[in-house]
Amino acid sequence: MSGFFGSGPLDTGDLIGLRASGSPPVRKRDGRAALKSTAIAAASSVVVFGLLVAVVVNSPNWADVQAQFLNSRWFDYSLPEIFGAFAVNVQLFCIAEALILVLALFLAVLRSLPGPVFFPLRLMATIYADVFRAIPGLLLITLLGFGIPGLGIAGIPVDPFPYAVIALTLVYSAYVSEVYRAGIESIHPSQEAAARSLGLTRVQALRYVIIPQAVRRVIPPLLNDFIGLQKDTILVSYIGVVEAFRESSIITAAKFNYTPLMALALIFLVVTIPLARLTDWLVGRDRRRFLANAR
Amino acid sequence: MNHRRLRFLSLPLIVVVMAACTSAATAAPTAAPTTAPTAASSAAAVAPSPTANPCSAATLATLTAGKLMIGTDNPAYPPYFQPPATGNAPKPWELGDPTNGQGFESAVAYAVAAKLGYAKTDVSWTVVTFDNSYKPGAKPFDLYLGQVSYTADRAAAVDMSDGYYFVNQAIVALAANPISKAKTLADLAAYKFGSQQGTTAYDTIQNTIKPTTAAKVYNTNDDAIAALKAKQIDGLVVDLPTAFYITGAQLDKSVIVGQFPAATGPNAEHFSIVTAKGSALTTCVNSTLAALKADGTLDSITKEWLSDKASAPVFGQ
Repeated sequence: MSGFFGSGPLDTGDLIGLRASGSPPVRKRDGRAALKSTAIAAASSVVVFGLLVAVVVNSPNWADVQAQFLNSRWFDYSLPEIFGAFAVNVQLFCIAEALILVLALFLAVLRSLPGPVFFPLRLMATIYADVFRAIPGLLLITLLGFGIPGLGIAGIPVDPFPYAVIALTLVYSAYVSEVYRAGIESIHPSQEAAARSLGLTRVQALRYVIIPQAVRRVIPPLLNDFIGLQKDTILVSYIGVVEAFRESSIITAAKFNYTPLMALALIFLVVTIPLARLTDWLVGRDRRRFLANAR
Repeated sequence: MNHRRLRFLSLPLIVVVMAACTSAATAAPTAAPTTAPTAASSAAAVAPSPTANPCSAATLATLTAGKLMIGTDNPAYPPYFQPPATGNAPKPWELGDPTNGQGFESAVAYAVAAKLGYAKTDVSWTVVTFDNSYKPGAKPFDLYLGQVSYTADRAAAVDMSDGYYFVNQAIVALAANPISKAKTLADLAAYKFGSQQGTTAYDTIQNTIKPTTAAKVYNTNDDAIAALKAKQIDGLVVDLPTAFYITGAQLDKSVIVGQFPAATGPNAEHFSIVTAKGSALTTCVNSTLAALKADGTLDSITKEWLSDKASAPVFGQ
């Protein structure tokens, strides 16, 4: 590896220099310089992506891979089927998200309760967050989905769908409660002191002063977790629910062609990217507001 | 300024170097396995005897010349693969041991290998999951046997031999479930069904049973059996030999509710041996299977390892 860099015209100094000069501040520049930098960026992009495409397309098995992964016949065949099954993912996401928001806030509040009296509650909330962040979601779904109905207790649902909802709720509420807690802890203690001095009780201060500010502050990281949840809905396929991933896997196995999986990837891109952009925009807006307040 | 521009120009240069490395890296694994077969086939081309049998161990272009590599999924289930009498199958195999020649598919594989001229010691087995049997690129096996049903669509991705077993689908259920009394297809629609992913059993559910509740699909038959036990499904649709195995060995108090009437003719559902697309082996496998059918070997293997189809009731219309 050292020979690779040493023998070429580049050394590590060049690489660092490149990184520094590659992202110059684009502020006050005259038109010509801006145009020049745009042209260089465009040319460099064309070279980079052109080479990547060339490498892929000229690989020895490209024709086979194209026929099995990018097959228009099976794309047209599978897209409507997968899109129909995607409704199950959307349903799962919506139910789980609503439950997670409530349960996680409850857990975060438990963990933020002050004083030695509440120690058992804080301990329980901490154990909950530790346990359900430690167990992989897929494992929990499989264990709950096959284990609980297997007990044969009268009156509990046998359908796997509720267990998928429960498992995703358990895992994600553990994560989201940590996000909430970070938000609650980021509110300056003077806020609570001010609320208490106005005659609000501890609970009232939490309810009317701290949590409203905390929640607003953590909306971007919350959305981030929901992008993850959206994608993890495909894990329920493991306990028998025919949702979008299972549907595409069924067609893939039936036709020996991977295009349905590509179609599903496309569906997720279309659904998730706007949410990711929104999250970035919210983060940026919050940062601008914060900086404006600081001045 | 000049210096800076130089640095900008060096960016594409790095990319070129990196691209060269990647293409070399991707070329390497495909180059390695193909060298062996081409060496073997060029050896065959210059063989002195012009009447050399193209379908013999000496001339066939396999991954390693003179050896036959057969792939199947793990665990390998009875009755297609039998566990050794002594207990556990040798690593890496779970449950069934493909290397002992016991069990229907193991016996078929060794019969085909013997007919092609491979000694038992020249045959080795490798674990290839079903999903990996049809991925593009070099195959890690010469032949793949894993209850793979033929369809024309599948044959676009890999070569699939003529059938070595014509298969019927059947329903397994717990004896206590009312579905076990079903006699006709019309009796079935109201129940909940499940199957393993990648099986034609799912097609049977969707196209023949047409149940009112959406079918459940599982990664493995073991997961589906767990669902059957948990009453998440009423009936599990599997191929008939597997149904005999589940009711006989895997699941207590279970019954074969019935089997679906099979289509007839060469297009009826059958298991095929999978080979790489365009493989020279395919025609040899087909001629070998034809010979095994003609001399009664395949029949006796089938009788030895698979229960008589007639011992399970057939659903009426």
